[in-house]
Amino acid sequence: MRARNWELFGLVPAALLVSAGFAAIYIQRSNQLSTVSLVYGGVFLGLCLAGHIFIRITLPHADPFIFPLVAVLACFGVVMVYRIDGATLARQQAQWFVLGLVLFAGTVLIFRDYRKLENYRYLIMIGSVLLLLLPRVPHVGVSTGGAYLAIHLPGITFQPTEIAKVGLVIFLASYLRDHRQALASGRRILGYAIPPLKHLGPLLVLWGAAMLALIVIKDIGSSLMFYGALLAILYVATDRISFVIVGLLLFAGGAWYLGTHIQHIDARVLDWLHPFSPKLYNDPLGSYQLANAQFAMAAGGLFGQGFGQSLLVVPGTHNLFIPVPSTDMIYAIITSELGLFGAAGLLLVYLLFVARGFKAAMLARDSFSKLLAVGLSSVFGLQVFVIVGGVTRVIPLTGVPLPFVSYGGSSILANFVLVALMLLVSDRARRPTIQPLRNMEMVP
Amino acid sequence: MNRSILRLFMVVVMLFTVLVVWTSRWTVFSATALNNNQLNPLQYYASLKIRRGNIYADNGAILARSVRATGGTWRRTYPYGPLYAQTIGYYFPQLGATGLEAARNTELKGAPSPLTSLFGNFSSGPKVGNDVYSTIDPRAQSLARQLIDQTLAKYHGVSGSAVAIVPQTGAVKVLYSTPSYNDNQPNSNTCHLPSCSEFFDAVQGGYPPGSTFKLVTTTAALNSGKFTPTSTLAGPSPLIVSGAPLHNDGNASYPAGTTLTEALTLSINTIYAQVGQRVGGTLMDEYMRRFGFYSVPPLDYPAGQMTPSGELFYPGPCNHSKSARLLPPTSGCVDLGRMSIGQDKLTVTPLQMAMVVSAIADNGRLMQPRLTNRVVNNLGQTVEQIKPTVDDQVMKPAIAKELQQMMRRVVEEGTGTAANLYGLNIGGKTGTASTDLCYHAPAVSGNCPNGLPLNDVWFVGFPEKNPKIAVAVELTDIPSGYGGVQAAPIAAQLIQLLLAEHQ
Repeated sequence: MRARNWELFGLVPAALLVSAGFAAIYIQRSNQLSTVSLVYGGVFLGLCLAGHIFIRITLPHADPFIFPLVAVLACFGVVMVYRIDGATLARQQAQWFVLGLVLFAGTVLIFRDYRKLENYRYLIMIGSVLLLLLPRVPHVGVSTGGAYLAIHLPGITFQPTEIAKVGLVIFLASYLRDHRQALASGRRILGYAIPPLKHLGPLLVLWGAAMLALIVIKDIGSSLMFYGALLAILYVATDRISFVIVGLLLFAGGAWYLGTHIQHIDARVLDWLHPFSPKLYNDPLGSYQLANAQFAMAAGGLFGQGFGQSLLVVPGTHNLFIPVPSTDMIYAIITSELGLFGAAGLLLVYLLFVARGFKAAMLARDSFSKLLAVGLSSVFGLQVFVIVGGVTRVIPLTGVPLPFVSYGGSSILANFVLVALMLLVSDRARRPTIQPLRNMEMVP
Repeated sequence: MNRSILRLFMVVVMLFTVLVVWTSRWTVFSATALNNNQLNPLQYYASLKIRRGNIYADNGAILARSVRATGGTWRRTYPYGPLYAQTIGYYFPQLGATGLEAARNTELKGAPSPLTSLFGNFSSGPKVGNDVYSTIDPRAQSLARQLIDQTLAKYHGVSGSAVAIVPQTGAVKVLYSTPSYNDNQPNSNTCHLPSCSEFFDAVQGGYPPGSTFKLVTTTAALNSGKFTPTSTLAGPSPLIVSGAPLHNDGNASYPAGTTLTEALTLSINTIYAQVGQRVGGTLMDEYMRRFGFYSVPPLDYPAGQMTPSGELFYPGPCNHSKSARLLPPTSGCVDLGRMSIGQDKLTVTPLQMAMVVSAIADNGRLMQPRLTNRVVNNLGQTVEQIKPTVDDQVMKPAIAKELQQMMRRVVEEGTGTAANLYGLNIGGKTGTASTDLCYHAPAVSGNCPNGLPLNDVWFVGFPEKNPKIAVAVELTDIPSGYGGVQAAPIAAQLIQLLLAEHQ
């Protein structure tokens, strides 16, 4: 079967998921909902099909599994958001999905030769850093739970970190493509090759920037995401594990210092370590969000309570049992309703997506493409790790969206750009080197 | 570079494995601990959203129902309040459940749906529990309250109970005590005696049964073959029993040649003390246990809200534990002669005495008492029919017949004539137990020189020719009360009504 037909075939699970999901909600609430809810499913499938046709025309050689995996995630996400927050947010999520597809198409068309991004790498970096700092600008930025991750513009709330993550990966891939040789070599001191300061310097600057970001946006999770992507690209670029070890030690040191000296991070660490302490649990800003998420997951068990069965609102009140159920804590609701099996299935889809990204990186023929694909896949995978690890208490909780599943416009837009770049790399990598038709034309 | 990419992918796989492992920690391995965590409110929230089933009386009257409260929750209401509060109890999520609400909690809240798939049980909708149809007869229950309250008011009594059981099925038709409380607003801080009590005398209150206990002594005497209704003894008064004089009522002495039937009819203490001593502790123990003494009654009512009957000893020379406990009649501490006439340290619940008379009325067969007839789901289908269950054949049917006739004599010509309503042929036994307390005055060495002695008075009975109902009535602390005066008329009127209702 040809790649694009595989892709079309791969959309079947997404179709089944979205139909079954909306049908389930419709059946459950048929007394409150009209058949309009089923139309959402249909529209969503139509959008997936449109995306597929666009890829068929513009990126005929691209990896056939990336887009269906995104479709599965997005369909699953819109069903969950619909189930948690109802029609209004689900419609907005679907609208963001449309915008995301438009942005996806735009990215593919404008950056058909994505390597010209390298020409703008410093512009991209400065833009990304500014975006990261934007939430700290008075009257624009918003602090949620002590972290500065979002900005308020008239009518919309925006998470600039989502856009910045793509920009920073582009910059790093481009920068390290140029400096990888120099970093990998260097003068040997005591058997260890120290890279020339000229090349190492910018890396130390990046480490400092990550720590600064931690102080500025006050968020361990997002810093871990960016810094992890940096180390991943650095490792692939130089093939030197010592960079990673030194980098992790530096980050751990910085995180430990900040974790014990910044009050808000300190509180998060306490909530993480002792969510069931009655004092923390009963504090209005305390650990009940994390503790209730765990209670909800425990109620889910192996197979879940069933779709639509998780308790969202405290009976007799309008209080949410777990705050922000459709964004940060959506993984807890998913686990509560679909159990360990459903949650593990979702994680498997994410892992497959990352795997296809890495596959594209391995097939790519030039360093920039390889580093770009590795960086994008890593930052995507790390984002999943940061939020799911936060909800399941592997690490302190950080409010980043679960890609394509959480409700949120900026996240969907940024991730569609990420997918577009990944498919562009993949298309170039898998394009046959010798194109028979053109050769025939050249024959005199 | 590709080798590094592969290694990096291995790291990502490891990270995701950690996520799956941690998810399985909370969903599977630590799930039980999390579900039982003190802070976990999910079970409480789930209980708020369940619409519990109704509780009905035997005529279909609603005794407990659920009404809509805010935010999809339900609240219990009890249309009759105090009349059934002790029996039905209450259910409030923040307080828990008592009474029949607790005993039938599983049925009332409904079992979880077994059909749960990956996408849940679509048709589940709001959870609805099953309805419980109880055995309680509302008219008899109301009459019991009315008669007890009137009698207590007239004779300056404190509290009283009535229990009525269908001997053949164990169905409890009346289970009532005054004072009661309002189960719509249970509040142990404001509920105090004498006007309010969440303590259910009928099944929790242990009282000296007085001469009603002679029925148990007679059963042991006759069924063991040691005595017949015509066995003769002398009944002098006083008689030294266990080193102390025991008197008959009015200090009357009865000559040698007095039969056991006459002794029961006239409730002769000194004869029955001798009977009990001759029957012996081992046989008394055996027959008391057959009637249900020394164990929690097999009623569908919370075990923690029922008291077993028997010889109750407070901490002292005979009881080295820290709390009161029951000792068997075989214990050397028990004064067997006085126990046989329902005194000594005997404490018995009205339910237990109703079980005794119920067994005698059903030819010696004790049925397990029960408050529930059937359980019906929200589609109207009966999901559980509670079957009458034999607890024990306490005595031979022939012995039961002899006892029934002796009890008829008590009402015809003995201490229970106040219960001899025309055409009902009631057989029964009175009980008048002294409490060593005086009405509004202190007691002086067990006597009441400055006031009236307070007595616990009893009557247990059944219609001898048509034994479809067995009744026990107990009134606490009646000044100079007599079972034949205050309790017997209440029992007789209850029997009359219940016979008419259940012809």
